[in-house]
Amino acid sequence: MNSNKPTAYNNRLGVKGWVYAGRYTFERYLYLGHRLSGLGLIAYMVLHIVETANRMRGEEAWAALMTLFASPLFRVIEYLLFAAAVFHAMNGVRLLLTELGFFLGKPREPVYPYSSSIKRHRPLTYIIMALAGLIIILGGSSLFFP
Amino acid sequence: MSDKTNTPREITFRVRRFDPDTDSAPHWSEYRQHVHDGMTVLEALHQLKAEQEPTLSWRSSCRMGVCGSCGMFINELPQLACQTQVLHLGTDVVSIAPLPNYDNVKDLVPDLAPLIEKHAAIKPYIIYTDQIEIDSPTGEFLQTPEEREAFSQFTHCIKCGLCLAACPTVATDPLFLGPQALAQAYRYTADNRDCGMKERIEAIDIFHGPYQCHFAGACSQACPKGVDPAFGIQLLKRALVLDSIGFGKKKSLLAKVMPLADVVKAIEEFAPPPRTV
Repeated sequence: MNSNKPTAYNNRLGVKGWVYAGRYTFERYLYLGHRLSGLGLIAYMVLHIVETANRMRGEEAWAALMTLFASPLFRVIEYLLFAAAVFHAMNGVRLLLTELGFFLGKPREPVYPYSSSIKRHRPLTYIIMALAGLIIILGGSSLFFP
Repeated sequence: MSDKTNTPREITFRVRRFDPDTDSAPHWSEYRQHVHDGMTVLEALHQLKAEQEPTLSWRSSCRMGVCGSCGMFINELPQLACQTQVLHLGTDVVSIAPLPNYDNVKDLVPDLAPLIEKHAAIKPYIIYTDQIEIDSPTGEFLQTPEEREAFSQFTHCIKCGLCLAACPTVATDPLFLGPQALAQAYRYTADNRDCGMKERIEAIDIFHGPYQCHFAGACSQACPKGVDPAFGIQLLKRALVLDSIGFGKKKSLLAKVMPLADVVKAIEEFAPPPRTV
């Protein structure tokens, strides 16, 4: 056998493993949304620092930038940012509750058909996501139809 | 919908093949085969090997969901081949691949070494600090049914590794301890006979530890034994938080030991009433 040849194939899914939620449950999609919105918020934070640094280039540069941000395209981007922040915050509250063991039930003997903590936790998940949806809709209405 | 009749149905099996001696990357091969109601994926593979593809490799043993050897990626979900009925999958094409997130040794055989290494890293045993008691025991440990129930669910793990194949965090972070090891860490931490919280924290409270879990629940969905590892991880996080702020479960430094004389007394006390006939 050729000694340079790998003996096993690297079967790690990598980024595809967390981006593609496939046939997994609703919470798997929330995991994806939480990570994507988190990355989006970090990217915004960097852009925000760059944007505010423009003030150092004088009043005119700043005014031009503000005019650009008032355009409909940036309005939509601003709204997406707001939606990401709301989703991330609300899902974060849900994760905080689970990490402290709330709304998960108690450990029990696994008897088929199995009852998982994910299912026991789902009513709260739906309530929190419905609240997030409501805040996102209300925010959108006040942003686009003041 | 599954076919409830006993008439065999023709199913196409897409099997991912890989031979390290001849292939540089895996490829898919298709086989058509008649499947009858109740036939598991493992049985179908045996039939396939006997009739069509004698070089096909996989790992299996008990055929009854106990040994955890035959974990495979069946129709894009990690499942035990011996517990998955082909017709219950409800598709005319069944794809079978080795478990993702592990190195692929050959065909459907994953290298489960990382699973075992991570399991060993969290000190999966009861840590008892009184060496004198270990060397010359004076009695038995006490454990109420309630104390047992606190961790009993997590003792059912068969180390099949499906949870690590399902976990989205393991997909990008190979060093993440993963659902199996972390749920087992909780299993021993929650055991009232264990005094090793401090020792175990060094192994689990790390960057690649429980806080990388964002409760995606894929591990609990994949677990074939109802262990619910995602639940174990959340309870472990709570135990770590409570411990760090000084509200941890107050275990005596030494788990309670019931002297042998008291054990005999207790047995006499709870003995059944004398026979009347």
